[in-house]
Amino acid sequence: MAGYILRRLLQAIPVLLGTTFLIYFMVFAMPGDPIVALFGDKTPPPSVIESLRERYHLDQPFIVQYFIFLGNIFRGDLGVSFSGQPVSEILMATFPVTLRLAAMAVFFEMVAGITIGLVSGLRKGGIFDASALVVSLILISLPIFVLAFVMQWFFGIYLGWFRTTVGPGAPTQDLILPAIVLATISFAQIVRLTRASVIETGGQDFVRTAASKGLSRNRIVPVHILRNSLIPVVTYLAVDFGTLMVGATVTEGIFNVPGVGRTLYQAIIRGEGPTVVSFVTIMVLIYLVVNLLVDLLYAVLDPRIRYAK
Amino acid sequence: MSEISNGSNVQTERAPGAERPLLEIKNLQVGFNTQDGLVKAVDGVNITLYRGQSLAIVGESGSGKSTTAHAIINLLPGTGHISGGQILLDGQDLTKASKKDMEAVRGRKIGFVPQDPMSNLNPVWSIGFQVEEAIQANGIASGRKAVKKRAIEVLKEAGLGDADRRMKQFPHQFSGGMRQRVLIGMGLAADPQLLIADEPTSALDVTVQRVILDHLESLTRELGTTLLFITHDLGLAAERAEQLVVMYKGKVVESGPSAEILQNPQHPYTQRLVAAAPSLASRRIQATGSIAAAESSMHEGAADAAGEAIDLIATAEARAGALAAAPPAPPAIVVEDLTKVFKIRGSGDFTAVDKVSFQIPKGTTMALVGESGSGKSTVAKMLLKLEDTTSGKIVVGGKDLASVTGKELFNLRSRMQPVFQDPYGSLNPLRNIGNTISEPLFTHKVGTVASRRERVYELLDQVSLPRTLVSRYPNELSGGQRQRIAIARALALKPEIVVLDEAVSALDVLVQAQILRLLADLQAELGLTYLFITHDLAVVRVIADHVCVMQRGKIVEAATTDEVFDNPQQQYTKDLLAAIPGANIELGA
Repeated sequence: MAGYILRRLLQAIPVLLGTTFLIYFMVFAMPGDPIVALFGDKTPPPSVIESLRERYHLDQPFIVQYFIFLGNIFRGDLGVSFSGQPVSEILMATFPVTLRLAAMAVFFEMVAGITIGLVSGLRKGGIFDASALVVSLILISLPIFVLAFVMQWFFGIYLGWFRTTVGPGAPTQDLILPAIVLATISFAQIVRLTRASVIETGGQDFVRTAASKGLSRNRIVPVHILRNSLIPVVTYLAVDFGTLMVGATVTEGIFNVPGVGRTLYQAIIRGEGPTVVSFVTIMVLIYLVVNLLVDLLYAVLDPRIRYAK
Repeated sequence: MSEISNGSNVQTERAPGAERPLLEIKNLQVGFNTQDGLVKAVDGVNITLYRGQSLAIVGESGSGKSTTAHAIINLLPGTGHISGGQILLDGQDLTKASKKDMEAVRGRKIGFVPQDPMSNLNPVWSIGFQVEEAIQANGIASGRKAVKKRAIEVLKEAGLGDADRRMKQFPHQFSGGMRQRVLIGMGLAADPQLLIADEPTSALDVTVQRVILDHLESLTRELGTTLLFITHDLGLAAERAEQLVVMYKGKVVESGPSAEILQNPQHPYTQRLVAAAPSLASRRIQATGSIAAAESSMHEGAADAAGEAIDLIATAEARAGALAAAPPAPPAIVVEDLTKVFKIRGSGDFTAVDKVSFQIPKGTTMALVGESGSGKSTVAKMLLKLEDTTSGKIVVGGKDLASVTGKELFNLRSRMQPVFQDPYGSLNPLRNIGNTISEPLFTHKVGTVASRRERVYELLDQVSLPRTLVSRYPNELSGGQRQRIAIARALALKPEIVVLDEAVSALDVLVQAQILRLLADLQAELGLTYLFITHDLAVVRVIADHVCVMQRGKIVEAATTDEVFDNPQQQYTKDLLAAIPGANIELGA
């Protein structure tokens, strides 16, 4: 088990090197001069431009820039953003917010998705099932920003239950609406996946055998149907984590959440290499860790899976 | 038909009325809602079962035997529902019982042992958990310790000696036979009055099957449990139950004491079943011992009465006669010291096939017999060059397979064709029958479009299927029809050698008999050489000339079929032979 975890963590090293290189290259290849763009309409004196270039190593060839960046990372220095703020400082400020938002979203999508999927699967062909299918299909088809605007208008303006944008300090109450929006697409997928999985498990021989032993329905559903049905759902959650991070970028932009997504979005627009690469590296790292955790959880749910040394 | 089913109540020696029967099924109707309306799976079944008796329901797949069993405990799959009749358990009508009442009946009053040990245990819970849960639900014991104690007791009774140690293990760590013991233990956990065993051993090897059934028999006798046994094997049913009920297309066609039915079957369907069951046929050859005796035996009459002469004995005897008369043919296949070693990560090497040697003379059939895991299918794969050999030699038609590559191998494949076990998995569902059969002709560029079409018709005729099937798809055909298609495809290129890997194991007895006969006819007609792989010795008797018995990768016994059956040398072979169901049945020949 420990050997398996260690191997997985070692595997993460080439993945991290590969992703940072790719992203660094893409930021480098973006059209436009970031220094010039920084000054907007004004034209700064050439000496200022020169000194800025030197400071951010923009006068060096690409590969040298990349290795300088890598070396700094190993020393724990994530670099400085164009506004002069250390990237690590920005990370510390934005991460807790996004983490809270993501945790709320995962909570919504799991609790609501699995519950509705389970009921739907158990009452296959009924009115509840039919409506759940239609609604989930609509939610999957909607682009996340459309949904965000609709929700902002309906809950924020029409009903007035929530504030349409997140206030300073990102209080949890303000995060409910963006979290729901963020959770929506995954929620709809989980409803459908759980439903299909429950229907499949419900038809298995061992479920009939459980009933033939004299077990009541109230025991069979959670013990013999739900647990087995969760295995594919958990696998989906791992893959889905990527979707969640992409969604966070859009959702945080719309709801003005001071989190990682919005900061990353702005950094991409400004062509701030160090900020973008640092943020993405951290995201990749989290993605890898989450996937490892899900794989371990998978083994807990399904005893047939045991990881070899 | 109604006359038969009305008169088909199983009567016992005891005077009627002296005792209330434990289970009484009256005019049971079970229907399934489909797109084409209601389909009746069970239509007017009457069964009466007294305490302490054993009764077997026999029939082929689709006869409604399992549906009847599921109807009794009200666990019909999908849209199935009881649409009429009564099921009286000790006077209580189960068709009118509430959900709660049914839950009290299941497990506590009626135990159920399902068919497939692989799919009937929940893979994510430990064995102990699943047995304890049955005990708790039926209120047999309360408190953690008492429940656990009873669970161990139940498993030990079911034949798991080291139950206390294995309670925490999961189903995938158990063999099929061990899982079936667990299921039997669960079925009997609450000491029910009635135990329904739905083909409890058909997924297991013959020797394991025998041990399990012996155990089930002694256990139910000890506990005084009434047994309702469901099987497709008439020999097995007659051996294990006092009373027989024969079902066909949802109706009871015949019922009564087992011995009586077997010796004097009345209904044409039962007569065909008796004639077709390989277990009985092989036993009969054994009993009569000579061609003349076999020819004059009752089965011919039975087969004639059925209007369809499926006479396996005649086929087998003709084969024995031909073999004796013919001069020894040159070998079509020579296998020498064939070995296959699989590398298994973490636990070293596994020798699946260990220095196996045999020869198959041209135009004859060799049967490779053994239990699952004995390496017989691996031999077939190496012979077909679908798997590389570790060492040893395979010579086909005078050519060493190891040296055959590229174009030559391609040509060799056209002369050596396989038929696999699963008629559902071995046909491409997206190709129609005509395309499926003619595909080898396209691949090997044989003939023109028109001549290929002719060949397909010819092959369909040969396997006795209507020509209209060319435009149909596999899912529209029955298992037996599909296996015939697989055989037709194998024959398309006029091969010299056909490798049949458990080709009839998945089929019902009547279909099995038809296919076996077809294979024998084709061999006589085309001079084919067969390598016939099976775990079922009963089938071997009627199809093979030579037998090789494999155990753990080695051939432990090799001889002609008669020698193996009359005078087995190895204990393992004797065990296999003794395990053929119907061994103890008196036949009315």
